Amino acid sequence: MTEPFEFEFFVRGLIAATMVGALAGMMGVYIVLRRMSYIGHGLSHAIFGGAVVSFIMSINFYVGASIWGFLSAVLIQWTSRRRSISSDAAIGIITTASFALGIALISRAQTFTRSFEAALFGNILGVTGSDLVAIALVTGVVLIAVIVGYKYLLFATFDTEVAASYGVPVRWVDTVFALVLAGTVVVSMQVLGVTMIAAALIVPPIVARQFTGSFTRMMVLSPLIGASAGAIGIYLSWFIDVSSGASVVLVASGFFVVSIAYASVRDRLLAARGRAGAA
Amino acid sequence: MVQIRGLAAGYHGDRVIDDVSLGIMRNDFAALLGPSGSGKTTVLRAIVGAADVYAGDVLFKGESVRKSRPRIGYVPQLEAIDWNFPVTVEQVVLMGATRNAPLFPWFRRKDRLRAGQVLERLGLDGLASRQIRELSGGQQQRVFLGRALVSEPEILLLDEPTAGVDIKTRDDILHLLDELNHQGIAILMSTHEINAVAAHLPRVICMNGRILADGTPRDVLTPSVLEATYGANMPVTEYRGMTLVAETPHRFGAAARNRGSSGNGYPETGHRHGDKGHLHEEVVGEARACD
Repeated sequence: MTEPFEFEFFVRGLIAATMVGALAGMMGVYIVLRRMSYIGHGLSHAIFGGAVVSFIMSINFYVGASIWGFLSAVLIQWTSRRRSISSDAAIGIITTASFALGIALISRAQTFTRSFEAALFGNILGVTGSDLVAIALVTGVVLIAVIVGYKYLLFATFDTEVAASYGVPVRWVDTVFALVLAGTVVVSMQVLGVTMIAAALIVPPIVARQFTGSFTRMMVLSPLIGASAGAIGIYLSWFIDVSSGASVVLVASGFFVVSIAYASVRDRLLAARGRAGAA
Repeated sequence: MVQIRGLAAGYHGDRVIDDVSLGIMRNDFAALLGPSGSGKTTVLRAIVGAADVYAGDVLFKGESVRKSRPRIGYVPQLEAIDWNFPVTVEQVVLMGATRNAPLFPWFRRKDRLRAGQVLERLGLDGLASRQIRELSGGQQQRVFLGRALVSEPEILLLDEPTAGVDIKTRDDILHLLDELNHQGIAILMSTHEINAVAAHLPRVICMNGRILADGTPRDVLTPSVLEATYGANMPVTEYRGMTLVAETPHRFGAAARNRGSSGNGYPETGHRHGDKGHLHEEVVGEARACD
């Protein structure tokens, strides 16, 4: 059972997956409550295009992909403010265009094939010390942003239309949110892969929501669920020999099934108690 | 307190209101009446800086609201609220205190005490930890009124505060607003409840893209003003000193118009004190010319 811990790359991967799980779980609360579930999926695809461009221009992956992701997120927000374009359409257009650009560049140069698969499905073997530093930095920044901006983020998420009239700088909040979301997706790519990031962002907050009706408790529970899914998923991936991203998401999905079953039983018991009280 | 001067406003380039000029004084308690799409909400949103302004300006104590964020308590229509959002009654009310200490990341003890006082004032003190979905319609309306009050506003703007609540709750809300008004808070609300406005509010503003009439219910709620506002024939009568606006039941049709002698094609109704059921049906029915 402890065999994988003898390998340094596994320990690095485990730490990375745990941090990424917590980070995605934390950001996911806002994404789900803002009803932007599709943005994680879209942004990860957009950033894939940025990653390829960074590689071609010999720019550091984290710098290039973060700038690309941030610009994509801001562009999505700007486009969706136009009444004639809904936010899901804006996400669809901008992110698929960016993803297609990445694919087009890759198809021009066949040497990208191996990195391409790792970026799509996650590769725990590729987690380096600098990846861990980047993940820790982004996690720290997001944690500080969430704590410092607590009341602004809560108001802007709950009632965007009205928040500005109560002194919430909504556009600034949205811009900072786009920035930290881009950072989250970029550092998650190595561990989870483009195709799995959306699930890591969405599943933990939804599981947390089944257990609590409090925003504050959800903000604590969701990162814990994400971190647990990350750690357990990576550990299991060693034994079942599947990609790290898929393993993490399957564990998170298992949590989701358990949470739904729990909520269903709880609701039935409450309904039965209500009927007994009425009788 | 609030001066609206020649305001043209709307959204994304579409003008909803044009050439609106209006003054709200300290201690005013006024209602905006008009059909759906007449610009009531846009007037309120322009005052809080949430609508696009194409001409004119809104001044709060002489300063443009576009340059400053004055202390205005805004209660929006509640139909856009996500009632499944995991927030408690206290958390929603505390949101109103966001700008009290802008650099402090959490709500202060002082803000929590103030929120507690407001909840008690609104009769919600036992519900502070409840999730907002668990409340009745009237309680939900009061929670958002509480959020506005925690911001210690000098003026309250309410967008259809009595929509979707029963008649008792509607009266409770209007009495509560009246009390707040007597404590020195100016109130401007939009509504479709013509007769409730006539019974409770001292000032009525009829509009349809622009201001059509402004004054006391007795002065403003006349058939000609209502026809200009709603584009429909709406008989007006007096009952025990109150101005009442009637519906025209379909069953009256041409026969009723032939029989009527009120001058507006509607049967005389104002003197049928002995026939309460009939009176209610013909006169007291709410004028639901809007959505």
